[in-house]
Amino acid sequence: MQIVWTSTLHSYMPIFVSFLHPLQQSQFLFYCCLISLSSLHAGKALNRPILRFQSSSWVRTVSRTGKSRGPEEPRIGVFICHCGSNIADIVDVKEVVDFASKFPNVVFAVDERYVCSEPGQALIRENIRKHKLNRVIVASCSPRMHETTFRKALEAEGLNPFLLEITNLREQCSWVHMHEPRKATQKAKVLVASAIAKATLLEPLTPMKFSVTPAALVIGGGIAGIQASLDLANIGFKVHLVEKTPSIGGHMAQLDKTFPTLDCSACILTPKMVDVSRHPNITLWSYSEVESISGFIGNFKATIVEKARYINKSLCTGCGTCASKCPVKTIPNEFDLGLGTRSVAYIPFPQAVPLIYTIDKENCLYFTKGVCRVCEKTCPFKAVDFNQQDKKVEIEVGTIVIATGYDLFDANRKPEYGYKQYKNVLTNLEFERLISAAGPTGGQLVRPSDGRAPKKIAFVQCIGSRDILTNPYCSRVCCMASVKQAHQAKEKYPDAKVFVFYIDLRTFGKGYEEFLWRVQEEGVNLVRGKVAEIYRKPKDENLTVLFEDTLLGQTREMDFDMVILAAGLEPRVDAQQIQKALKLSMSPDSFFLEAHPKLRPVETHIAGVYLCGCAQGPKDIPDVVAQASAAASQASIPLIQGEVVSEPTIAYVDKELCCSCKICESVCVYDAIEADETDEEKRAKVNEALCVGCGSCAAACPARAITMYGFTKEQISKQLAALLTEPT
Amino acid sequence: MSAHDLTQKHKLLECIQCGMCTGVCPVSKKTNLNVRNYMREAAVYGELPRHPENELWSCTTCATCEARCPKEIKPYEFLIDIRGSDVEAGKIATTLRDALESVFKNGNPWGRIRSKRTEWTQDLAVKHYAKDMDFLYFVGCTPAYDPRAQEVAKSFVTCLEKAGISFGILGTEENCCGNEVYGMGEKGLFEHLAEANQKLFRKYDLKQLVTSCPHSYHTFKNRYETRNFEVNHHTQLLANLIDEERLAFQKKLGKKIIYHDPCFLGKQNNIYDEPRKIIESLPDVELLEFDRSRERSLCCEGGGGRMWIDIPGPRLAEARVQEAIDYGAQILAVACPFCLSTFEDAVKTAGVEDQIQIKDVAELLSQTL
Ligand SMILES: Cc1cc2nc3c(=O)[nH]c(=O)nc-3n(C[C@H](O)[C@H](O)[C@H](O)COP(=O)(O)OP(=O)(O)OC[C@H]3O[C@@H](n4cnc5c(N)ncnc54)[C@H](O)[C@@H]3O)c2cc1C
Ligand code: SF4
Ligand code: SF4
Ligand code: SF4
Ligand code: SF4
Repeated sequence: MQIVWTSTLHSYMPIFVSFLHPLQQSQFLFYCCLISLSSLHAGKALNRPILRFQSSSWVRTVSRTGKSRGPEEPRIGVFICHCGSNIADIVDVKEVVDFASKFPNVVFAVDERYVCSEPGQALIRENIRKHKLNRVIVASCSPRMHETTFRKALEAEGLNPFLLEITNLREQCSWVHMHEPRKATQKAKVLVASAIAKATLLEPLTPMKFSVTPAALVIGGGIAGIQASLDLANIGFKVHLVEKTPSIGGHMAQLDKTFPTLDCSACILTPKMVDVSRHPNITLWSYSEVESISGFIGNFKATIVEKARYINKSLCTGCGTCASKCPVKTIPNEFDLGLGTRSVAYIPFPQAVPLIYTIDKENCLYFTKGVCRVCEKTCPFKAVDFNQQDKKVEIEVGTIVIATGYDLFDANRKPEYGYKQYKNVLTNLEFERLISAAGPTGGQLVRPSDGRAPKKIAFVQCIGSRDILTNPYCSRVCCMASVKQAHQAKEKYPDAKVFVFYIDLRTFGKGYEEFLWRVQEEGVNLVRGKVAEIYRKPKDENLTVLFEDTLLGQTREMDFDMVILAAGLEPRVDAQQIQKALKLSMSPDSFFLEAHPKLRPVETHIAGVYLCGCAQGPKDIPDVVAQASAAASQASIPLIQGEVVSEPTIAYVDKELCCSCKICESVCVYDAIEADETDEEKRAKVNEALCVGCGSCAAACPARAITMYGFTKEQISKQLAALLTEPT
Repeated sequence: MSAHDLTQKHKLLECIQCGMCTGVCPVSKKTNLNVRNYMREAAVYGELPRHPENELWSCTTCATCEARCPKEIKPYEFLIDIRGSDVEAGKIATTLRDALESVFKNGNPWGRIRSKRTEWTQDLAVKHYAKDMDFLYFVGCTPAYDPRAQEVAKSFVTCLEKAGISFGILGTEENCCGNEVYGMGEKGLFEHLAEANQKLFRKYDLKQLVTSCPHSYHTFKNRYETRNFEVNHHTQLLANLIDEERLAFQKKLGKKIIYHDPCFLGKQNNIYDEPRKIIESLPDVELLEFDRSRERSLCCEGGGGRMWIDIPGPRLAEARVQEAIDYGAQILAVACPFCLSTFEDAVKTAGVEDQIQIKDVAELLSQTL
């Protein structure tokens, strides 16, 4: 039987079981426990806070004795928790206590209102002393809740913390069998019996420690990456900031003003960009990409490719002679979204950091036709170097922050709005460039078709967002962006008529609703109804907008001379590259998935890797900055601690049994097990730092050579046998 | 059906009241039909919408509302169900009732007797379909009976013959496909037709069907549940024949042609390229495009039973014809017998016969052969 080890399965299984006939139940339970034991284990291991190591060649034996008191003849104590009324209202706990007391190795059994409480923990400790317990069973809630709590109680009494076994009477019993107290009590007994069976075979285990490289890698140089880098650098750690494009700044650099306070985006961003370039702890890798990443928390190795700019970065002073002399000046400027042009030798925008010019090889006359070299001749600092090559650099870091940001939704995917077909239909980001004093029109808000000032402007909300056909989620910033832009349009042209067409206006942040009210007072018209279509009459650049005013229940057509589409935010097209390199998970919306939406919002499922900014989901700058600081703080914890400790519940290969078939290698998604090339017979070897203890290899190994510490085959079989025995 | 049942069936509570369906609804230009409000009344207040008849029956089942809906709701299907209860209660216009009765009695909605269904073939040697033939040409009620649309059927047959395709028709055995019956809400009759037709198709062991009516195409393709034959629209087959160079062009057309995407072919079945490919391959033509083309094409008001009920107000077909003229087109090309009919009417009522002609793509093609 091939088993899928997932924690989802684990959490749904009890519900499923409760639907089955008792006979089916017991058969099903067999598979169930096999899966649930291991998946529980997997889930836990995935979430383990931190890894580490002392020496990666260090191998344990199954019977290795822990640091503290070792197990002689098992003396088991069983603590059955009421969980207030959660368990005790359904399960007859006294009956379970009686049942447990009758097992040969159980020397003590008791029930308690809250075993996790202070008195509950004291009860465990007191009885460890009194009855010389060397195994403890707690029958309570999910081990994800209180395993650490109970382990500490054991440790306090000098007992190895891994001599604890938890069985889940809440999620897997009382909650799912709420209407069948009798059956629930019987099931509770079976669960306790299986815990006892396992407890007799428990071995002491010792966690491992690994040292940490005191440096961090930040991928993406938007405001998220900038903030995270500055914070980490200010704490005192070395930071490698990798940015794909020639300059840091990201989308924020493209914005004109920022809601709701309307401060100039460049004015608040550029000082931070300069701080990054000057910070002694930050190495800025601009025009660079991360090619590969290996390793694990505390000990990552990354290969960075610095793309050739064909301009020597240590000689270029940013004087711009190359750009002004370059004969090719008609290349659409990416930064201005093609609304303006640039030379082949260029910087994306005047405040670019680093202030180093780049030659765009694809359009350069020298590279395409072998002629020109004007820049080389005219550069006063002899910085042009056509022989430059891409450079690969290896760096070592302890933690990684992902801050790769977003892509704007491609409005062409909604043909009903005629984007790119009609000159006067623009996106919200294009509006930012048009209204920016540093933009292609020098801040003139004019119609691309004829350069005239628009008299009637429509803002159309939710383009690509809140739509099953494209992105079901709300992009969270476009309402406020449009309200801001409506204000800016009114500011430029007080007589212009400005309409915002919306489904819901989401102005949830601090000061946002107040800003909306202000904009309403300025004379902006808000229409509740999403624009259904935009069309154009033959030979006319004016636009007819079709919509229903849902508050009036009237369908209308209205003419505008400019339409701004509030395009939503999407995951970056190339996000999967990073996702694959780090084996991160994506949420259903394809943004990077956090470890827990509420309680671990900036961590990922991979220890040592953190998230911030729009890479994790759409958000505005205040949220991005807050999250970036949170990610920096999380990413600094292992760096400050200097070492990381791992769960010892990982895989171990018995070399005598291993037949070098490499099946384990093919099933391990963490690349944690491989045939050891240094071993003559090429036996499989576990990388203890990478292994999360998911158990896939152990299940797949045809030679049964792999043992999972804490989940040995003997332990599981004994547990299964107990599960299949009818309780008395 | 109760308001509650309709709410469940059409997932009405999932509606986010965005107003896309209503904003885009082509008939909102002439009536106060507001399908969003109708659905809201049913979903939120549990009331079956009661509105003037001309609103409910103005829907052309063009499905643009469905195409735009961000929640994958099908507002027009909800309207069809509302129509259904009016049909059941006998509260419908006599013209609609006559059409339905005629379908039941004669197998066509035009009130014509069955034996005349093959009249259009008089001067042609069209064979009755037999099992060994490659294609069944399903003519459809309008091309079979309507004198103008008969020209399309004849042209198509000419093309097929010139290309040497083995095909036949079902003659007087052919029945209404039921698409418009479905759109009028008479789902009982639709089921009956669907069963009868499938039985007939099974009798002939049908493998490949071609039809010149997008409404039949849609209904066979998407509404016949146990379909085990392939359905083609005539533009698909003709475009293929051109690709395979099985048709030799002899004459030049020398025209500017603008193509109108029928709702049932375009929006509802994503067939946009084949008709254009045919027109572009004709000798000496210039293909023009409407601003609102392809998935944004404007409805001609021919569907959803609208051929049998007159809803007063401005005609979309007239606006479309005028727009075609404004673009400088000499021919407005269509690929649907209903579009043909509504545009021909519009040309007459607008008095622009000397400025523009309405032609089916098959007619244009046969003219050049
Ligand atoms: C039209 C519009 C107006 C807006 N107005 C406002 C406003 O007024 N106020 C406000 O608060 N918010 C506003 N926002 C939202 C704001 O843009 C975002 O909150 C913010 O820019 C997100 O920053 P970020 O760093 O997460 O992502 P980004 O700005 O997207 O930065 C990501 C960076 O990472 C780089 N990168 C990506 N992938 C890689 C890789 N693999 N390797 C290396 N580098 C990589 C990118 O090149 C980029 O520089 C607006 C958004 C839009 C669309
Ligand atoms: S060599 Fe290339 S970058 Fe330099 S001036 Fe000529 S075209 Fe411009
Ligand atoms: S923020 Fe506003 S415009 Fe953007 S997706 Fe959400 S509701 Fe729509
Ligand atoms: S099918 Fe067409 S006519 Fe009917 S409601 Fe929908 S959009 Fe309007
Ligand atoms: S388009 Fe869909 S979601 Fe929007 S109002 Fe119509 S039915 Fe509701």
